[in-house]
Order: sequence, then structure tokens, then C-alpha cells
Amino acid sequence: MSHRHPTTTPRQSATFDEYTLSEIRRAAATGIYDIRGGGAKRRVPHFDDLLFLGASISRYPLEGYRERCDTNVVLGTRHAKKPIELKIPITIAGMSFGSLSGPAKEALGRGATIAGTSTTTGDGGMTEEERGHSQTLVYQYLPSRYGMNLRDLRRADAIEVVVGQGAKPGGGGMLLGQKISDRVAEMRTLPKGIDQRSACRHPDWTGPDDLEIKIMELRELTDWEKPIYVKVGGARPYYDTALAVKSGADVVVLDGMQGGTAATQEVFIENVGQPTLACIRPAVRALQDLGMHRKVQLIISGGVRNGADVAKALALGADAVSIGTAALVAIGDNDPHWEEEYQKLGTTAGAYDDWHEGKDPAGITTQDPELMKRVDPVLAGRRLANYLKVMTLEAQTIARACGKSHVHNLEPEDLCALTIEAAAMAQVPLAGTEWIPGRGGF
Amino acid sequence: MAETTESARVFDLGKVPLRSLNQALHQVRDGSNEDWEVLNPGGSHSVAVGVDSPVAIAVRGSVGYYCGGMNDGAAITVHGSAGPGVGENMMSGAIVVKGDASQYAGATGRGGLLVIEGNASSRCGISMKGIDIVVGGNVGHMSAFMAQSGTLVVLGDAGEALGDSIYEAKIFVRGEVKSLGADCIRKAMKPKHIERLKGLLEKAGFGDVDPASFTRYGSARKLYNFNIDNADAY
Repeated sequence: MSHRHPTTTPRQSATFDEYTLSEIRRAAATGIYDIRGGGAKRRVPHFDDLLFLGASISRYPLEGYRERCDTNVVLGTRHAKKPIELKIPITIAGMSFGSLSGPAKEALGRGATIAGTSTTTGDGGMTEEERGHSQTLVYQYLPSRYGMNLRDLRRADAIEVVVGQGAKPGGGGMLLGQKISDRVAEMRTLPKGIDQRSACRHPDWTGPDDLEIKIMELRELTDWEKPIYVKVGGARPYYDTALAVKSGADVVVLDGMQGGTAATQEVFIENVGQPTLACIRPAVRALQDLGMHRKVQLIISGGVRNGADVAKALALGADAVSIGTAALVAIGDNDPHWEEEYQKLGTTAGAYDDWHEGKDPAGITTQDPELMKRVDPVLAGRRLANYLKVMTLEAQTIARACGKSHVHNLEPEDLCALTIEAAAMAQVPLAGTEWIPGRGGF
Repeated sequence: MAETTESARVFDLGKVPLRSLNQALHQVRDGSNEDWEVLNPGGSHSVAVGVDSPVAIAVRGSVGYYCGGMNDGAAITVHGSAGPGVGENMMSGAIVVKGDASQYAGATGRGGLLVIEGNASSRCGISMKGIDIVVGGNVGHMSAFMAQSGTLVVLGDAGEALGDSIYEAKIFVRGEVKSLGADCIRKAMKPKHIERLKGLLEKAGFGDVDPASFTRYGSARKLYNFNIDNADAY
């Protein structure tokens, strides 16, 4: 009688997991790193790791639907003759025409306008659709200066000097040739069909002393009317914020590693930069140390998904947040409606991130004339407006529960953290304790 | 306040703030043919930026950063030297620097003519997008880096890595080139190039210089679409 010894269950490596193995095989087969859109997909400490405490005996709440909880925010009060006033503290982040289709950009403008907030151009210049349908439009001033011109600079409502973004602090960009249509090529002054590199540094300034002079030029160009934002990726948030303030910025936009990009190396997205949660308190501390908190406004972006995230960012000291990926989802990106087509592309709804290839079934991250017809700018704009309103209502609900008559009155004392990491990053107590890691010698 | 003489509106930056000069220039309407004169610039930054009318502006002295930035139609003459970024992102018009220019002269310029009668420093014409730049002397390293469109003419020598990662811009150099950047190569001077160069030299006030004495450089177009086997070139 033979004995079969019991065998162990096949064991997958935690280090060499299924995704890692597939990436090694892909790299070996193609000889090129993986490029994709979106932000960091890895799990990092995030707003989910924070909770609001709510009102109790020591604090009393405000009545929902009855007692006011304001949400307006004014941006650019430091130097601009014409600051921007938004109805809600949620803006639409910069995304380029070129990476996005014309109808998608129009939808973002329409949705933002209905909701009473701003939208932002991107690395490709300002389009008529976008300007025409955006009540408040922020014009990005990028290293590539694609499409940059005096007329558009003057018809913008604010100017955002982009130093970096959360998905790739220290990185430039590349719009691959397959997305370079005649129109995109013309706006970028390059031949059709070739890869268009976006530089990682500005061509005519380096460092904070130069930036100060550059910002002054932008003010002189626009007769000191426009708020000047400086956008940085989540690299060294304390120093970057301090230096942006020193350089004369009216507004600092700080984008954590979950913030999306149109296309960058996967290795860059997942391994460079800090999580959004880790960036906020150092930036706020820099503003406080300089006596500029609430004088220079702070906009936080990177992984903001709902009103709770908005409320948490504001409670930690931000003046507003910005959304990119979530806005695209609201107008139809990665919608299960197109699942059959996602499958043909070897992916699935919710995971599609090959935005650089220009084959987006949802018609958003493409320049294909047929695919982009799938975005109805009016309907998609309405969906974005709905979503923004829901987020605002959610943030108000939480703020009222904490007894606040304005969402800006939320404060770190309204929060606790579920993990030690989140407690350390957000500098709020671990739930059930009074312990804030790093404070009091521990 | 600005003084108006019979021939020109005069702004003395030793007496009036820069902001009043630029605002006054932005308020000029089409049809004005007034001449402007800026005295005592004293190295000020952002002198005469964003002018969008075809006026003539004489700057009597040296300027700091970004003189004539985003110029759209004005004819600006700097009777001195210019700091970094002179004529950055120029749309149209002309800027003449009688002396030398610092880094990034004509950066991202989209149109018009920038003439530097002396030398230009590094990164002259960086990321240029249609501007024509004529330099009477030498240019520093990394000039015409990522140059997309337009023409860079250098009557003297060029520094290291000329035309690195160049797209469709054209470069003409009369003197020595220390080295060429990635994807930039020497190209044949055809009659059409000599004709174009002749016209540019004349416009820039160098009509007595023989266009046939220049060498043309441009893109080899090998890095236009990413190829992993070219990775060593970057």
C-alpha cells in the first residue's frame, strides 16, 4: 500500500505577487517601462484613516437644512486686484486639452460653472470650448508653454504656475504621437504624430529667487489683476509652500501622490512623492510659521473623492481642494457601461489607465473623433455639477455635526485617526487616546 | 508722472514705478504711432512686458529679467544689455538689444524678431516656437534646446550641446560649434536656406554679412517617437 504524503497549498509570494510577476514578464517582452495615466494605486495612509468626532456635550451641533453652513472661498486676496470667489471649496484640477478631448474639457467647464467653482486648463493651452463654458478659468503656466499666449493669459481669471504635480514631482511629461491630432499639433507648434515632451523645468527660471521675478512679470503682464497660484507636487511640502509664499504666490496648490497624470511611468507614479495626507500639515505649518495661513490660500489635491475627504482636508487647514480623477469619473471615465470595450483592451472598467493610447471607450482621454462623440458635454457637465453638489452637501453635513457655521471652521481638534501612521501624518490623536505621534517626546 | 515731449512719451523709471509704465503701454490702442522712451531702467525686471500695440519703445540703459516678455507687436530697442529671458514668449514685433543678453533669450518665443547685437548666454532660444533670433556674437551652451520652430542665427560661435532635442527649428552658425546636442545634426545649405538667411540678416541689420558663410543645423528626427533602443541618446 502506497502512501501519498499530504502536500502544502501552492503559495504565492507576497514580494513577487501576481501583479509584480506580470510586470516583469511585460518588461522582458517589450523592453520599455510601463506608462499609464492616473495617480498612485498602491494603498497609502489617506483620509479614510481619519474620523470626525462630531458634537457632544462639549460642543453643540448645527441643525441640518436649517442653520447655515457656508462653503464659499475667496482665492487670491494677497496681491490680486481681482480675487476669485467660489461658491464651493472644490475646484477642478488642471487637465490638458490633448490628453482630454474637447467635449470632455467643455463638460468640465460646464459642470464647474453650474456648481459655482473654477476649472483649470492644462499642458496644451486654452481652448474656446473651455473658456466659453467656464465662468472661472485658471490658466496653467507650464514648463512647456504649449499654447501660451498673451490673449489667453489676459482672459484667464487666475494663473497657475505649475512647478510640479503629485503623480510625478520632478518629472515632465510625454504626450505620445497617437494622440497628436492636427488640432493638438497646431496648439503645441509641433508636427502631427510625433511624441511631445513636456519639460520638467521651466525654460526661463530656476529656483525661488527667479520664481519671484517670474511671478512679478506675470503680474505686470496682467496689470496685477489675476491671482497667481503656484502648484507643487507633494515632495517637500513645508519648504515648497514656504518658498512659494516667499516668491509671492497668492495661492499654493499642493498635489499628493494620488493625484493623477495623463501619462507617466508607473514606477514614477508609485514611488515618487508623498501621500496627500502627509502633505497637508507641513504645508499649513509653513503658512502659519510665516503668518500667512488664510492669507495665502492652500488648495489640496490628490485622491479627494467625497465630502468627507473635503471636510478632512479643510479641517487640517486647507482652504479648498481640487479634483481631477473624480471629476473624470463623474463625466463617465471608466464607466461599466463600456465594459465590453474595456475587455477588448485587456482591462476592465475601473482599472483602465492607458489614457496615453488615445483609445478611451468613454471618449474622454482621446482625440479620436468617433470616440469623443460619446461625451455629451451638456449631460456630462450636469453630472459633474451633481457630483460637486453632493460633495458639498456631504462636507456641510459633517461640518454642521461638528458645530461649524462655515466649512472653514473645521479644525484638527474635530478629528481622530484610526492608525498610528495617519495620526502621525495628520497630527491628530490616535482614536481612543490623546496620543499624537511626534508630540511630547513620543 | 510720464512726460510727453514733441517726439515721445518719456518714462523715467528713476522717478515713476514700473507698474505705471507697463499699464500705460497696455492702454495704448490701435492706431497710436507714439514713440516711447524709458529712461534709467537701472536693471529693472519686466520692462515693457505684454505690449500689444505696434509702438516703438527705446529703453535707454540696461534691463533685468524678461524685458519685452510676451511682446505682441511693439518694436523695443534696449540701448544697453538685457538680463535673463529677454523677449520670452514673444508673439510678434521686434526687440533689439544693443549690448549682450543673459540666459534664455527669446525662450519659447512664438513670433517676431529678437536681435542681440552682442553675445547671448546659455539656453538662447530654448523651446522656441516660431521666433527668429539673430545674435551678432556668440551663444552659450544648450542654445535652441527643444527648439520647436523658428530660426536661430549666430554670427559668432555656439557653446556645447547646441540644438539638443531640437524639433523643427532651424539653426545657422557662422563660427565654431563646440558640440551638438542629442538629435541635432549639420545639414546642407540649400539655396532656399541662403535666401531665407539673407532676408533675416538684412532685417536684423547685418545685411553686409554673407549668408553663404553659415552652416545649417537641425533635427535628425530620430528621437521624434520613443524607441527603447535610443535610450542611450537621452
